[in-house]
Amino acid sequence: MRLIAPLTARLPPALRTPRAGTALAFAAALALPFIGRNGAFTNFLADAGAFVLLALGLNIVVGFAGLLDLGYAAFFAIGSYSYAMLASPQFGIHLPFWVLLFVASAIAAIFGILLGAPTLRLRGDYLAIVTLGFGEIVPQTFLNLSQWTGGPNGIGSLDQPVLFGYRFGFNPLPYYLMVLGLIALAAWLANNLRTSRLGRAWMAIREDELAAAHMGINTTSTKLAAFAMGASFSGLAGCALASKLQLVSPDQFMFNVSVFVLAMLVLGGMGNIPGVIVGSLILSALERFILPQTTNFMHNVGLNVDLTNSRFLIYGVILVTMMLFRPEGLIPSRQRNAELHAGQADRRAAAAEGELLTEVIH
Amino acid sequence: MALLTMEGVTQRFGGLTAVDALDFTIEAGSIVAMIGPNGAGKSTAFNLITGIYTPSAGRIAFAGTDITGWATSRIAALGIARTFQNIRLFGFMSAIDNVLTGEHARLHANLVDSLLHTPRQRAEEGAARERALAMLAFVGLEDAVESYARNLAYGVQRRLEIGRALASEPKLLLLDEPAAGMNPSEKRDLVALIRKIRDRGITVFLIEHDMALVMEISERITVLDHGEKIAEGDPAQVRSDPKVIEAYLGSPA
Repeated sequence: MRLIAPLTARLPPALRTPRAGTALAFAAALALPFIGRNGAFTNFLADAGAFVLLALGLNIVVGFAGLLDLGYAAFFAIGSYSYAMLASPQFGIHLPFWVLLFVASAIAAIFGILLGAPTLRLRGDYLAIVTLGFGEIVPQTFLNLSQWTGGPNGIGSLDQPVLFGYRFGFNPLPYYLMVLGLIALAAWLANNLRTSRLGRAWMAIREDELAAAHMGINTTSTKLAAFAMGASFSGLAGCALASKLQLVSPDQFMFNVSVFVLAMLVLGGMGNIPGVIVGSLILSALERFILPQTTNFMHNVGLNVDLTNSRFLIYGVILVTMMLFRPEGLIPSRQRNAELHAGQADRRAAAAEGELLTEVIH
Repeated sequence: MALLTMEGVTQRFGGLTAVDALDFTIEAGSIVAMIGPNGAGKSTAFNLITGIYTPSAGRIAFAGTDITGWATSRIAALGIARTFQNIRLFGFMSAIDNVLTGEHARLHANLVDSLLHTPRQRAEEGAARERALAMLAFVGLEDAVESYARNLAYGVQRRLEIGRALASEPKLLLLDEPAAGMNPSEKRDLVALIRKIRDRGITVFLIEHDMALVMEISERITVLDHGEKIAEGDPAQVRSDPKVIEAYLGSPA
């Protein structure tokens, strides 16, 4: 926020509150596809939106509770396959999309608890390795259970969402608007959690698990709640993306997806909701537009370099650079602290004035 | 009335007996201290009381409940709070959030309340913030409400840690070397603060190396050496006990 602070300082105070910022960002997001009037761009926004949901979910596990999860794509897979199996010709089940949003989130949350339970005694590196394993096992399982999951071909012809008789069809716009709504919901819930008894317990565990236990925090159930909440967000993302692509297949949920989402957190600022959203959008744009366009440009000027092939190298360089120069992310959560300190200075000034007044009165 | 009772509590780590058949009682409403040379087993005794270790033998009872083998979080919720020898605050949380976390066991918001910020949650949270602000004022941190704990000065961190412990409304407060690293003026403030805490009806049990402070403030002192209790009594009795003098100064050659 330090980057933006000089700009926002000129705004009237009413527009400087987080609430105004959120409303402004939401309005801009709502207007984007209508300004762009470009199908490919709207399509990108809808896909990127699903990844914002994933990043918000992973942020609860990694950013709030400090549990390093390297297999988060597994929950995304479980959410997506839940939708695919319950809204496709695969088993002839066609439950409504809006019901499945909740069902898929609940299923993902249950798997979050199932994974969380045996790993709770682990910390740091060990937890990361076990979640990494889970992230490998889940897509492999979907690959091998071909009589139910269609194996490597996945499940196709998924139902499209219908809202008040309007079928979403193949136009990306309604999907984008829906995803935007889900992001608003997810960000609101995540922010509520952050400023609640549960959110404080997560952060206490992140900071010092032993001290947290001494506050009467049941670290076991609190960590399970983090896994469950994080996983449930990926259930929303899974439904949204699966219904838009109308296809799920195991290769959408490999290890690189887990790393991609984690990189969004590192880039944007772990634990900070606006930061995570921005980081997620930047990496999605890099993947979809910036790298291919730059490659095209280089081809045009006669350089035969394909940046899209070395995108993981580029992400790696970005992450290492961030770690070296700005480990707290682009928009770190310390922002809040800075804001509040400013408020404190105001209060102190006011208090000093008050003292002067009382002196005068006496 | 005995608030805390330890009966024959023993803690072995492999071949080492850190605490050996310790019998010990704390009366409700008192200020008591445990002293002894380094490695005497004082911190281990604290860790046994708060459930970090389960004793190898013996039993611990608190306010009439047998808490031997209980989980730390359960013991804390029952009314035992503590501070740590090396301060263990939640560094990247504000002072008030540290204190609010201390209130955890006294708050009731469940997952749904936390997710949706229900009216019930808002009311509870508002009251909790009021209490937390009052607590910060009580320990003298009214000017650092929103500062990250890690950015506070050392002596201030010590007071915040006490405030966080008090926020859980404990019956018994354990202070592990609260005066360590403090200058004389901070120590005087600490003595006053501990007395104020006791005046709130909270029993205080401290480990401390600063003998002047211990002698000034404690009503009863227990002396530990090599995991065994070698003396017990009021400051005057302990000060003149030959075993204590020997443990601290070494036996004459």
